[in-house]
Amino acid sequence: MFRRERSIPLRGSAAALCNNLSVLQLPVRNLTHFGVVHGPSAQLLSFAPEGLPLAQRQLHAKEGAGVSPPLITQVHWCVLPFRVLLVLTSHRGIQMFESDGSIMVYWHALDSGDASPVQAVFARGIAASGHFICVGTWSGRVLVFDIPAKGPNIVLSEELAGHQTPITDIATDPAQGQDCVADMVTADDSGLLCVWRSGPEFKLLTRIPGFGVPCPSVQLWQGTVAAGYGNGQVRLYEASTGTLHVQINAHARAICALDLAPEVGKLLSAAEDTFVHIWKLSRSPESVSIEVEHCHGECVPDTQVCGARFCDPSGSSFAVTGYDLAEILRFSSM
Amino acid sequence: MSVRTLPLLFLNLGGEMLYILDQRLRAQNVPGDKARKVLNDIVSTMFNRKFMEELFKPQELYSKKALRTVYDRLAHASIIRLNQASMDKLYDLMTVAFKYQVLMCPRPKDVLLVTFNHLDAIKGLIRDSPAILNQVDETFQQLTEVYGGLSAGEFQLIRQTLLIFFQDLHIRVSIFLKDRVQNSNGRFVLPVSGPVPWGTEVPGLIRMFNSKGEEVKTVEFKHGGNYVAAPKEGSFELYGDRVLKLGTNMYSVNRPVETHMSGASKNLASQTQESIAPNPLAKEELNFLARLLGGMETKKPSDPEARFRLNLFATEEEEEQAALTRPEELSYEVINIQATQDQQRSEELARIMGEFEITDAPRQSASKGDDLLAMMDEL
Repeated sequence: MFRRERSIPLRGSAAALCNNLSVLQLPVRNLTHFGVVHGPSAQLLSFAPEGLPLAQRQLHAKEGAGVSPPLITQVHWCVLPFRVLLVLTSHRGIQMFESDGSIMVYWHALDSGDASPVQAVFARGIAASGHFICVGTWSGRVLVFDIPAKGPNIVLSEELAGHQTPITDIATDPAQGQDCVADMVTADDSGLLCVWRSGPEFKLLTRIPGFGVPCPSVQLWQGTVAAGYGNGQVRLYEASTGTLHVQINAHARAICALDLAPEVGKLLSAAEDTFVHIWKLSRSPESVSIEVEHCHGECVPDTQVCGARFCDPSGSSFAVTGYDLAEILRFSSM
Repeated sequence: MSVRTLPLLFLNLGGEMLYILDQRLRAQNVPGDKARKVLNDIVSTMFNRKFMEELFKPQELYSKKALRTVYDRLAHASIIRLNQASMDKLYDLMTVAFKYQVLMCPRPKDVLLVTFNHLDAIKGLIRDSPAILNQVDETFQQLTEVYGGLSAGEFQLIRQTLLIFFQDLHIRVSIFLKDRVQNSNGRFVLPVSGPVPWGTEVPGLIRMFNSKGEEVKTVEFKHGGNYVAAPKEGSFELYGDRVLKLGTNMYSVNRPVETHMSGASKNLASQTQESIAPNPLAKEELNFLARLLGGMETKKPSDPEARFRLNLFATEEEEEQAALTRPEELSYEVINIQATQDQQRSEELARIMGEFEITDAPRQSASKGDDLLAMMDEL
């Protein structure tokens, strides 16, 4: 059972985007950072459990030509071996900041060269993989940036081809053990999933075809791909082979966010149907198939959820954002 | 965001406008032939071929202010007159209704069915005019060409673009409050029961497969809602059962169209972003506006007495009161481009106007630039 905790007020309401909540847990300092996209701006705030929000910052997408300020598509913290960077993607390009958003350390303008006039140009989908940060684009290309231990000498090291439609989300396996061959998965608007092995050069291992609906959100856990789809389904695949192991009719509307509590194998799914569900993933010892158990369902009344994240590694608390809602809702288990 | 959103926004808002005007014409007991003329004039201007061409070009959505000016112009392409308070209320109702329809679409693609519902109803309103009916059918054709082949992902982007446009709009509408579609704080009620979208399964089932693809286990879980399977898919043909009710006419003579202005939104900061901008219209927005308005025919009735005032409120006193008490942050500031002010801007506009033909009866004025400026000043 979960109970509602005190909400965190936002300066601006959350935009109707997918994966519209990023959480950076800092257990050592007993702090949690939250990032939410409003539209042309994104809001960062840091929060200590008992008190009011401690610090607040608004970031804007870097301007360019055009009538209106560019819209931000996503904001996400990337935890790398020696540093944490905040990445912001928009309709102009990719910005990287120090983790508190105070200094911009890198700017990459998107090349709209071969876009037709009817195509929207944007970057979307952000994940850290070792000392790389991978960012998706409207064309399906995934940009791989090599991040030094400190300083602004960030270099675009590779462009991954594998997708033909706009990238929606990227996930990396948080526990990168030696036997973990597949450690990154990318998803797109057609529902196609590509599974990669990272390295100085990324290698495409498997392609998992879509079935006519977008895959807005994806997670990777111990060789299992968890994908949330526009028709409300969550599917679990074997990452190395692409075999479908579990199909959950989880939601009545499009899924907008998935999150993982890797220590305990818990998966969180949130959708536009106002529901958030928590699932327990496990691998049965005899066969190598994946099993799923439903743990909890929470209805967030009259709220079209657009972002959801666990707030602690054991998955005992989570936070939710909703379209038009100017607060972050928090839940913790009793 | 998506550059294919404007036609859907314009046509659906236009449809809502026609529903409301139709209701007010009946409520004010306007004679049948006059009422028909009003609707015919507006519909034929809305679906004017040149106008549609401009509309369907891939472009970003512009500000609420620019769009409001277009509807102001559109309403006055007929013989009615609406003063500021009534026009404000009309625009409020239009925007809240369409925001609700977009939010409630089961699938992103269903916004096209909502558009078709509006077009079907518009055809009903102008039943007796085959020429205008033809214009509407042509637009139907164009919608099918442009949107018929779009993927679910592209529709998702269109939906997100529309929702960003309507973000933070919480004006409360009486009809919605009474039907419990809107809460007293202006937020819409999202039911957790009813049919799932076409293509979605009823939630509650977990299916597990082995590595050969054989189903080995099925488990049910309690998902918390009360959903049933979708009966059938709505039709995207010229004629057909749309199944979806969103976008059909919810007004009738007996249901008044009231809005509540007070305490509309606590979060004023985001709402006032646009109105406090130092330069409310950037050059490109002016260009777009000028091109769109340039495509609209202006009809000057031969008999000035033929024009009459339409009131969106029950009485004139209410209308006056509404104008006085409208909160600052919700004012729309209709664009008035005056020839005397801002010399540079008006020269630019005049130059742009010079490039476009104004398909109208010839006027006895010095230049085309003056024509359009003069027309706009009459707003």
